[in-house]
Amino acid sequence: MSTQQVETASQNGILQMMETMHYDDILNCMRCGFCLSACPTYRETGRETASPRGRIAMMKAVATGQLDVSEKFDSDMYFCLGCRACETACPAGVPYGTLLEGAREVVEENRKRPLITRIIRHVAMKKLIPQAKRMEQVSRLLYFYQRSGLRRLARSSGLMKLLPKSMAEMEKAVPEVASPAARKERKRMLPAKGEKRLTVGLFTGCVMDVMFFDTNEATAKLLSAFGCDVVYMEGQTCCGALHAHAGDKQEAKQLAKQNIEAFEQSGIDVLINNAGGCGAALKEYHHWFHGDPEWEERAERFVAAQRDMNELLATLPVPKMRSLPYRVTYQDSCHLAHGQKIRLQPRELIQSIPGIEYVELPEADRCCGSAGIYNLTNFDMSMQILDGKMKQVEGTKANLVVTSNPGCLLQMRAGIQRAGLEGQMRAVHIADLLYEAVE
Amino acid sequence: MLKPQVAKELKAIVGSNWLLDTPEDCLAYSYDATPLYQSMPDGVVMPGTVEEVAAIVKVCAREGIKIVSRGSGSNLSAGTVPVEGGLVVVLTRMNQIVEIDSDNLTATFEPGVITAHLHREVEKLGLFYPPDPGSMNVSTLGGNIAECAGGLRGLKYGVTKDYIMGLQAVLPNGEILRTGGKSAKDVAGYDLTKLLVGSEGTLAVITEATAKLIPLPESKRTMLASFRDLTGSARAVSRIIAERIIPATMEFLDNGTIRVVEDFARIGLPVDMGAILMIEQDGPESVVERDIQRMADICRKEGAVEVSVANSPEEGAKLMQARRFALSALARISPTTILEDATVPRARLAEMVEQVNVIAKKYGVNICTFGHAGDGNLHPTCMTDERDKEEIHRVEQAFEEIFLAAIKLGGTITGEHGVGMAKMNYLSLKVGETGIEVMKSLKQAIDPQNIMNPGKLFAKDTRRRVVIGGGAAAEQSVSHQHGNGCECNEHTAG
Ligand SMILES: Cc1cc2nc3c(=O)[nH]c(=O)nc-3n(C[C@H](O)[C@H](O)[C@H](O)COP(=O)(O)OP(=O)(O)OC[C@H]3O[C@@H](n4cnc5c(N)ncnc54)[C@H](O)[C@@H]3O)c2cc1C
Ligand code: SF4
Ligand code: SF4
Repeated sequence: MSTQQVETASQNGILQMMETMHYDDILNCMRCGFCLSACPTYRETGRETASPRGRIAMMKAVATGQLDVSEKFDSDMYFCLGCRACETACPAGVPYGTLLEGAREVVEENRKRPLITRIIRHVAMKKLIPQAKRMEQVSRLLYFYQRSGLRRLARSSGLMKLLPKSMAEMEKAVPEVASPAARKERKRMLPAKGEKRLTVGLFTGCVMDVMFFDTNEATAKLLSAFGCDVVYMEGQTCCGALHAHAGDKQEAKQLAKQNIEAFEQSGIDVLINNAGGCGAALKEYHHWFHGDPEWEERAERFVAAQRDMNELLATLPVPKMRSLPYRVTYQDSCHLAHGQKIRLQPRELIQSIPGIEYVELPEADRCCGSAGIYNLTNFDMSMQILDGKMKQVEGTKANLVVTSNPGCLLQMRAGIQRAGLEGQMRAVHIADLLYEAVE
Repeated sequence: MLKPQVAKELKAIVGSNWLLDTPEDCLAYSYDATPLYQSMPDGVVMPGTVEEVAAIVKVCAREGIKIVSRGSGSNLSAGTVPVEGGLVVVLTRMNQIVEIDSDNLTATFEPGVITAHLHREVEKLGLFYPPDPGSMNVSTLGGNIAECAGGLRGLKYGVTKDYIMGLQAVLPNGEILRTGGKSAKDVAGYDLTKLLVGSEGTLAVITEATAKLIPLPESKRTMLASFRDLTGSARAVSRIIAERIIPATMEFLDNGTIRVVEDFARIGLPVDMGAILMIEQDGPESVVERDIQRMADICRKEGAVEVSVANSPEEGAKLMQARRFALSALARISPTTILEDATVPRARLAEMVEQVNVIAKKYGVNICTFGHAGDGNLHPTCMTDERDKEEIHRVEQAFEEIFLAAIKLGGTITGEHGVGMAKMNYLSLKVGETGIEVMKSLKQAIDPQNIMNPGKLFAKDTRRRVVIGGGAAAEQSVSHQHGNGCECNEHTAG
């Protein structure tokens, strides 16, 4: 290649990089720092590199070739929780979540992971999560592990100590999964109780459907109690959020396409999900396919049909509920509050249950540290954030902590155990609480 | 890059966690909130105590390493940009309120305390620390002191220098200096406290301060007056002052600003109005009621289409909070947002606002204006794109003319953001040659090695000496070579 060619090649490289990094949006950050106090990692460390403003500056430098896609850049991008609290705080309207996805995509393209990491990722992200059948098997294995005495053996034999402490800690918080028999009985269609108001599809998610199968079932029954015919959408798969957040946009888009097709074939107008993180991703599919002649419009139609469970229920008349004697507090799901701007609805729904005493959690919309798989990849920081959160939770003197996302639910359960509060409080998904009231 | 030996020494002082010197760390401390400026430091250090600061400064003095003190990096004059490299000393870890003395009405605190945090703590005790820059949820008190920050309440209550009574600071040779104290009357010798307030990190690192507090006003009310055009609102400001009413806050937003603020904050601002005034009065309830009434009348007389008074303190607070978002929200309109800080005597406000509009038109640039109308402190803000070099050039010219216009109206080049790098070419316009010479000799006496925040305040050369006289003269000034000798890859405007 002549020098000229080399130059154009590297220029093309930079242009390509700028596009993946969403350079135009990066430029909108005017570095005012209004986001600093909203950012959990900045608050914990006090470091500019762990702040939204600092991360955006590093992205800008990488996009223009001023900084390498180094190991430090890599770890700084993954040190971010992706909670998007900075997005809510930013008056300049910088779409940080999108920037982060772009930056991680660039990291994944440019950095070689150790073989073992690549294998684990490949298996988990490509072979397991996206394939309903395999998730079914995982759920059966988990059931077997929990019920056969194997778990007791693992815990008592010290086998757990062999696992990284992050896994061991989270294992304790994993709920009892549903039996294969119960899973088989899932109804493909649940008619509305009483007057029928509309028909909705249910998006069951991947991890959610393994770990919180019962919550998914409760959600369906709850929707029915609110007057919805509920259909299970055939052919659906994982939403792709985990993949997008891990910089694997290709796989994420693959999954999105599958969901869009499933939706188009289902003939459903409204699709409900009960996981803040999945919901935020489902509502952003049109950004993923921006400029794609075949998929952008289809994605837009898909997005228009998405509703978070709380969002929908808040628009429907509340059915008769029985009184529940709990003191309740609510921890926002970041992707529900900051991503989807749904804050009021869950609070109103909780307070519509008679007998409930509601206490607002201070800084309820500050991330609990769960953040997808952050509690596994950045265990120490995650737990530091969680412990801070638990102090505030304890201060509310609630005996029930309600969340709206499976990751947060697991994390709050781990937090309750870490803080030694098992005797005093439980963590539940909002669907379970509401269902208990209408049951 | 820091020499390995120096890095080792610094680590021994602060602990290895708090010396940051990777390229990523250096990059993250290469900028502040000032657009177009950037320059890499050699390292970043985050001390936790005054002793650590002193030890760090001693190492730097010995090695001739430049020192840039830094709070939250929210300043708008490129004050923390390490143009000559060196060490950025971040003071955010020193964030304790040492004492709130309800008997003497003072607060003593470390420099890294966030401004709004001090407000909350003293207000819990029925006390009041008035300086409230728009950035108060981000800025540190150290940064406020170094910039002599003002705020929305500046009209009635003054700026930071009116409250700082005593300081502890580390001098460029590593010695610890104490100035002033809690005594309300203190005239012993030169006023070193006042000298350090507003010194922009060029004389010493401030490590502790004692501020005067006043009783928290009993009540406060906020009102919003909407005008069809700019001049009506500016006239209302002048009339209110002429009628001898001093409101706590009188903020001015033009149409462009109203729209973007509403877009972000969604509080129901009138987006079709030419300008609004947000006015707040505090004090005894009867006085507040009376003043609000009188100001409402004046606004109506000067053509306000609508005047509404906030129903509750929360509603009022929301309005003021929205005003604080103005600058950042303007950034939505275009990639680069350059804000200026021209100030005129308040009676000349209407003239200044008009001039800004004429100048913007002349150079074909997009300028929105908002600001602390009550104290004549305007923030003409230009929405542009740093990639368009030709437009940036026109923006520079426009701002230059705006400064000249301000000075001609008896005003100044900065009301609260400091000189830093962004405005050093204009300092002589304001303080004159003699002023520059006195300032330079003070700097020389205290910091003979020139290690404290070098490259700020004083233009390196005299290439760009603008002659007062307006447009044509401004044109003659040396063309827009970045006249400050900065060699960073981004560069300077106006
Ligand atoms: C959206 C927005 C609104 C703003 N509104 C206002 C306003 O209304 N009024 C106003 O006055 N300003 C305003 N500012 C400017 C800015 O917030 C102030 O200048 C503030 O005082 C800076 O504080 P900081 O902690 O960020 O200091 P930095 O930006 O970190 O530093 C500012 C200067 O102080 C020096 N410095 C910092 N700490 C120390 C120390 N401990 N010892 C010695 N020197 C030190 C630095 O070297 C630098 O020169 C605004 C800025 C933004 C982005
Ligand atoms: S608040 Fe927005 S514009 Fe300001 S620094 Fe943060 S991301 Fe940038
Ligand atoms: S997403 Fe959350 S952790 Fe990441 S920069 Fe924003 S506020 Fe901080």
